[in-house]
Amino acid sequence: MMEQAFFLILATLAVGAALSVIIQRSPLYSAFSLIGVFACLAGTYIMLKAQFLGAIQMIVYAGAIMVLFVFVIMLLNIRKEETALDKYRYLWLLSIPFAATLIVEVLYTILKVTSDFTSLPEMAKRPEVGDSQSIGYGLYTGYLMPFELTSILILLAIVGSVILARREKD
Amino acid sequence: MDIYKLIEWVVKIGIVFLIFMHALAYIVLLERRLLGFIQMRLGPNRVGPFGLLQPLADGIKFFFKEEIIPRDADRTLYIIAPVVALVPALTTIAVIPFGDTVNLFGRQIELSITRVDISMLVILALTSMGVYGIVLAGWSSNNKYSLMGGLRSSAQMISYELSLSLAIVGVVIFSGSLDLVQIAKEQMGTWGGIIPKWNIFTQPIGFTLFLISVIAETNRVPFDLPEAETELVAGFHTEYSSMKFAIFFIAEYANMVTASAMATLLFLGGWHGPYVEKFPLLGPVYFTMKILFFLVLYIWLRGTLPRFRYDQLMKFGWKFMIPVALANVVLVAALALFLY
Repeated sequence: MMEQAFFLILATLAVGAALSVIIQRSPLYSAFSLIGVFACLAGTYIMLKAQFLGAIQMIVYAGAIMVLFVFVIMLLNIRKEETALDKYRYLWLLSIPFAATLIVEVLYTILKVTSDFTSLPEMAKRPEVGDSQSIGYGLYTGYLMPFELTSILILLAIVGSVILARREKD
Repeated sequence: MDIYKLIEWVVKIGIVFLIFMHALAYIVLLERRLLGFIQMRLGPNRVGPFGLLQPLADGIKFFFKEEIIPRDADRTLYIIAPVVALVPALTTIAVIPFGDTVNLFGRQIELSITRVDISMLVILALTSMGVYGIVLAGWSSNNKYSLMGGLRSSAQMISYELSLSLAIVGVVIFSGSLDLVQIAKEQMGTWGGIIPKWNIFTQPIGFTLFLISVIAETNRVPFDLPEAETELVAGFHTEYSSMKFAIFFIAEYANMVTASAMATLLFLGGWHGPYVEKFPLLGPVYFTMKILFFLVLYIWLRGTLPRFRYDQLMKFGWKFMIPVALANVVLVAALALFLY
């Protein structure tokens, strides 16, 4: 009962904030709405007993990545969205197939999961799945390869950004 | 739900909140008196005995000041900003343990408002939200000094958050837990009956890194660039007056207390001290004393050190702190691998 109430509150806030991200004309308001979305998602993770994921969501997305977004917006000091964007109105047409694909994907997943609960991976059914120990264990056993590949990808991105920043200077 | 559990929570939250808010007011007084002592003057000593009622006078004064909102400010964000700064600063206290479990009124009571198994991460997550208050204040004031303050603050916070987290990683490797209670319990006991088993002795590099980063994170001297008054008037809170300014002030001091509590729990053994196993109620006393030590250190630094230049701050953060912190993590991990 309590859980459902909290879920409803968080879900409503998340959807509202997500709508606000795309509706707001000021980029800074959009960025802060996005932080709201991340915070609500973190709350949802915690309710699913994945506190570790919730905390990481706040630290990495809401705390670090969004600070960079806000930093850039403030540095460029954009007050309102440029009206020049009206030139790209044809992009509006593109959004329809993309949105349709996304909705179909989500519906498919929901139908599949609810119709056949046993198809969930073994890990997801255990209650302690969200704590730091089981995530660490998973990362260094079953998911070692993707984990290491991701870290190499991030390293490449760092090196790439340093090289790009250097080239700008010359 | 157990009704007694609910009462216990409400009472704990009430007591902690009251003590916390009063402590914040008196830390300001302590700072002013100590700074006066360092600078060979008296400091505020007129309101009440030894100036002890000064915080009350300050509070009343803040409430009665005229409130000014600049004409071209972004009103919504301008009003929200102090709230965004204060809420995370006060929420962190909920997961900080200030003692072991005690027996009171026939009940086992944990001396913390709530206990989560990742309290370390919760504090990091909340403190990383605090920066938005400063950033929003700087941007919404529509003032170039405020904007510069907000920009500096966000850059500084991202830079020093990295070395802060890396310094904490060392402690986490040694304790094998993200739970502050567990981390403090690992530091129980002594070596040879004299030296306490605190992490500060096993990880001096980590402690130094943590202390420097945490001072930068709380925007205090010598890292108070976001409000450097000699160049930015007052930085991000230039346009704020009355109680809204006071809220930023409270948030800054609340962050100082949280930082000191974290330093105590991670490196100074938390609530541990002589005879604390026999009398668990001594725990909060030791804990407060250790926090007070760090607060005095903060004030002492403010009275002693000049401010960094901005490029020096960035260079120091990225080219010294982070490499050393990374090396420290490697060193600690290697030690932990061979020792355990």
